[in-house]
Amino acid sequence: MSQAALTCANIEVDFDGFKAVNGVDLTLDRGEVHFLIGPNGAGKTTLVDAITGLARYTGSVVKDTAEKGAVELRGKKVHHIARHGIGRTFQTATVFENLTVAQNLDIAAGSGRSPWALLRRRKHLPDTVVNVMEQIGLTGQAATPAGILAHGQKQWLEIGMLLVGDADVLLLDEPIAGMGHDERETTGRLLHDIATDRAVAVVEHDMDFMRAFASRVTVLHAGAVLATGSVDEVSNHPRVQEVYLGTAHPTAPSNDMEPADAATA
Amino acid sequence: MSKFLSTRAGTWTGFGAAALVLFGAAPLLLSGFRLGLLAQFLCYAIVAVGIGLAWGRGGMLTLGQGVFFGMGAYLMAMHMKLADAEFRNGPGSVPDFMELAGLRELPGYWVPFASPVFTIAAILVLPTAFAVLLGLAVFKRRVKGAYFAILSQALAGAFAILLIGQQSMGGFNGLSRFRYFFGYNLDDPVNQQMLYFIAAGVLLVVVAVALQLRRSRYGELLVAVRDAEERVRFLGYDAANVKVVAYATAALFAAVAGAIFVPIVGIISPANIGIVPSIMFLLGVAIGGRASLIGPVIGALAVAYAQTALSEQFPSAWTYAQGLLFIVVIALLPGGIASIAAATKRFRREPVTAEAAA
Ligand SMILES: Nc1ncnc2c1ncn2[C@@H]1O[C@H](COP(=O)(O)OP(=O)(O)OP(=O)(O)O)[C@@H](O)[C@H]1O
Ligand SMILES: [Mg+2]
Repeated sequence: MSQAALTCANIEVDFDGFKAVNGVDLTLDRGEVHFLIGPNGAGKTTLVDAITGLARYTGSVVKDTAEKGAVELRGKKVHHIARHGIGRTFQTATVFENLTVAQNLDIAAGSGRSPWALLRRRKHLPDTVVNVMEQIGLTGQAATPAGILAHGQKQWLEIGMLLVGDADVLLLDEPIAGMGHDERETTGRLLHDIATDRAVAVVEHDMDFMRAFASRVTVLHAGAVLATGSVDEVSNHPRVQEVYLGTAHPTAPSNDMEPADAATA
Repeated sequence: MSKFLSTRAGTWTGFGAAALVLFGAAPLLLSGFRLGLLAQFLCYAIVAVGIGLAWGRGGMLTLGQGVFFGMGAYLMAMHMKLADAEFRNGPGSVPDFMELAGLRELPGYWVPFASPVFTIAAILVLPTAFAVLLGLAVFKRRVKGAYFAILSQALAGAFAILLIGQQSMGGFNGLSRFRYFFGYNLDDPVNQQMLYFIAAGVLLVVVAVALQLRRSRYGELLVAVRDAEERVRFLGYDAANVKVVAYATAALFAAVAGAIFVPIVGIISPANIGIVPSIMFLLGVAIGGRASLIGPVIGALAVAYAQTALSEQFPSAWTYAQGLLFIVVIALLPGGIASIAAATKRFRREPVTAEAAA
């Protein structure tokens, strides 16, 4: 297995003439927590939609898989792409509210089950589910309906659902939205934990969070990549500063990268 | 109590009690005529269990179960008409209604239904296969919600109209005046009771199948698809296939119900399978509680009873009452009667448990 888990080349998404994503190249490496930042409407979510098969695009997305080597994902159905190890979460947490935490994870772990296994009653939870429940700190909530979990817990559950499903490329759309300070810290550490043998991409607006936990950053603006590199490299990039501040300001304090139009996100 | 019923011992107790009522108390207490009516109601209950699965658990508003009910019923009726004709005039003879319509030759597609084995196989396979094909076509294209409901209802309407135009299927009058059911004389009260027992037995089997599906991993997956279909796809499942299984199972239940309805009631006509009967199937499920296991059965029995009791005295008022009831239930009590227990539980501040775990 090579370092690069996912390679996107020249992705374009066209919404009736409006190019929401306009020629993006992006490589996600294993072992990295790769932040995707950019102002509202930059095309971050659309890019994730394209990779996961929700939005039509031109260009190519190649996934490095253990069994089949490099696989082109363009044109594949959503559930086939998921089975190639691409997992995503949504800007608004979506878990199965009427099912318990354990049931949510068990379903997420089971896309490879045979019809016979599906038609039988679950005798006990798979080991992966038990382990992941521990990892995301929800062991005590195993029998709780996901609908009544706290906001942050739902987001951890969503991440857990990708982990049990053996996804090795995780695309997380604003995973800390609405979380308190401690929850953010916990999430950041969780992301680094899971990135040891996976590629993790995080779409975020929170610059403090990015500074604390990003191994690499890609800045999107108006559907194109503005800069990519370490936190320092992109912070000092003049075009990035222009987009975020309207002026160049190399030694700015820690809040300087908050995009004006995303201050409340 | 619901906790106890979800244990293995509780399940057996529940089925035991139901069997005692259906096989012991009812035949002892009810006259032959009333037992026949109950047998007819049980057929509706069998359809209802399927709707509970597809609609209550799977979120598919199956407004056209009359199609599958009708398929099962007509397939059975064809065999019984042929058997009667053979009994009167020897093998290969034309059923009485065809003679009256001036048809001398048996249409080709009728011929294989002289065989009981072929007929039973056709009842089990044809409607289910049709549901699978239709389900794949519809769900793969992500047709759902109101569009799916309208589509299935239109199908029921079209099916009834198609049959009205078919003289060789009895047309508007349908197929009736049966004398034998696989060699058993239908005038004999003992055989009528046997038909009741068959309906009761099938209902218990169907409920057991639905229970197993609900408690299996598939049952959890079905609820997940109902609540967040897109999310399920991103976990690597083909959500359309998950829905097709529940839809086809509901179709199979409806077809079997139709097939035993024919010898019990003695007639099947387009009026029994079109849009209005399809809505009645759904009404019982809505009233009883679509997401619960037994709710649809209770609701179907209650609606069928009310219809029989009221429609004789106030035939037109019943139709309006039916519509009104539907609106009231959907607006005020979307979980049906079965949800009243859960609501009082919540009222007493008992701990909430997940729907599927309860
Ligand atoms: N289905 C669609 N049809 C047309 N335009 C769309 C569609 N989806 C998104 N867009 C547009 O594409 C652009 C990029 O949207 P996108 O949601 O990808 O931005 P984003 O970077 O995720 O923003 P945010 O930070 O607000 O989530 C926006 O201008 C948006 O209005
Ligand atoms: Mg977005």
